[in-house]
Amino acid sequence: MWKRDEAVKPTSGQPTPAGPGSLGQQQAGGPAAAPEPRRQQIERDVVNIGKSVVIKGELNGSEDLTIEGHVEGKIELKDHVLTIGPNGKIKAQVFAKSVIVLGEVNGNVTATEKVDIRDGGSVDGDLVSPKVAIAEGAHFRGSVDMQRRTAPGVQGAAQRPAAQPAAQPQGQPQPTPQVAQPAGR
Amino acid sequence: MALSDLFSRRRKDGRAAPDTGPSSAPVHPTKALARFLTSLGSRPQPLLLDLGPVVGTNVTFFAEQVGCKILVEDLLADIDRHAREGKLDQLPAFFESRFPQEDGTVDGILCWDVFDYLDRAAAAALARQMVRVLRPEAVLLAFFGTADPRSSIRPTYTRHVVVDRSTLQHRPYAAARGKQRPLLNRDIQRLFEPLRVTEQFLLKTTLREVLFRKPAAAPPG
Repeated sequence: MWKRDEAVKPTSGQPTPAGPGSLGQQQAGGPAAAPEPRRQQIERDVVNIGKSVVIKGELNGSEDLTIEGHVEGKIELKDHVLTIGPNGKIKAQVFAKSVIVLGEVNGNVTATEKVDIRDGGSVDGDLVSPKVAIAEGAHFRGSVDMQRRTAPGVQGAAQRPAAQPAAQPQGQPQPTPQVAQPAGR
Repeated sequence: MALSDLFSRRRKDGRAAPDTGPSSAPVHPTKALARFLTSLGSRPQPLLLDLGPVVGTNVTFFAEQVGCKILVEDLLADIDRHAREGKLDQLPAFFESRFPQEDGTVDGILCWDVFDYLDRAAAAALARQMVRVLRPEAVLLAFFGTADPRSSIRPTYTRHVVVDRSTLQHRPYAAARGKQRPLLNRDIQRLFEPLRVTEQFLLKTTLREVLFRKPAAAPPG
């Protein structure tokens, strides 16, 4: 127990690889890279769309994305985490590995791993995801379709083996425990 | 993790227990929910319509227990909005156009105690819509208060959180409209005609749980 504690301490000041994007950066930076530039590179991997940005059209990407601005159209982040920040307003069909909603979404959301509507978040649309968490204080209107992973013969993203747990963007508030866990299980 | 961390965490847990958060809300038994789930579970990929406020754990519970698709339509929010805007007389017309679902497409409806907050005209309009969207042999679960609401008490809605098949947690929250006079048993039956009451439980909490079933469509000819 003590040894494990000590082993954790030296790395606590350094970033941990948070998502798939960070792996790519590790390779790009090389093993000799200093910790500080590495941290900056990892931070750069979570792309931000700022408050004043308005995007109309199709948004595709292969890295985690946080949206604080307005997006209309379609958002596709295959195998990556999409975070709609508190100021984000989305009027689009959304496809991603994980979707975290703190702002407003108007449109259907499809996630291969998890949809997480946090307190203050709002979704008007249908959710399709094997895991859905809706916090108390969140607004939701629509349908929820949680595909069963074990369902035989069902072709879908939910059946894909999860390579790693859903990456949680650092600094984001954690969902309240009552929403994350299924009741009565 | 250090040993002291373990102890401090345990002390923290001990202090958190008597907190008056959502976890301390009263828990009540339910008899009808299990029957409702059984009926719903016998259908392939059922569609469940939930008329209460969205509860994340309920969504997970129903999806995992029954494997259903859940449609959340928070009618209490609609009632609240109409009450605040002074447009309660428009509720019947609002309900007539509120549900875009086609006739006979829903396998189960959770009304919770929504009908307690409606006057007769609005309740009749909502019940008509529920009967319309229900599939033959599908079920509807509704709760009805039997005690006269006390006007001195600040009105609240109740968020029904499923703890397990036989237990619900009632989490009250502020409402713009209080419960109306309770419906009599025969009024409830008439309201939902042609649905049939298959189970009815009067709980010690004075809450009446009623499980309705839509009769199978008559064979042609």
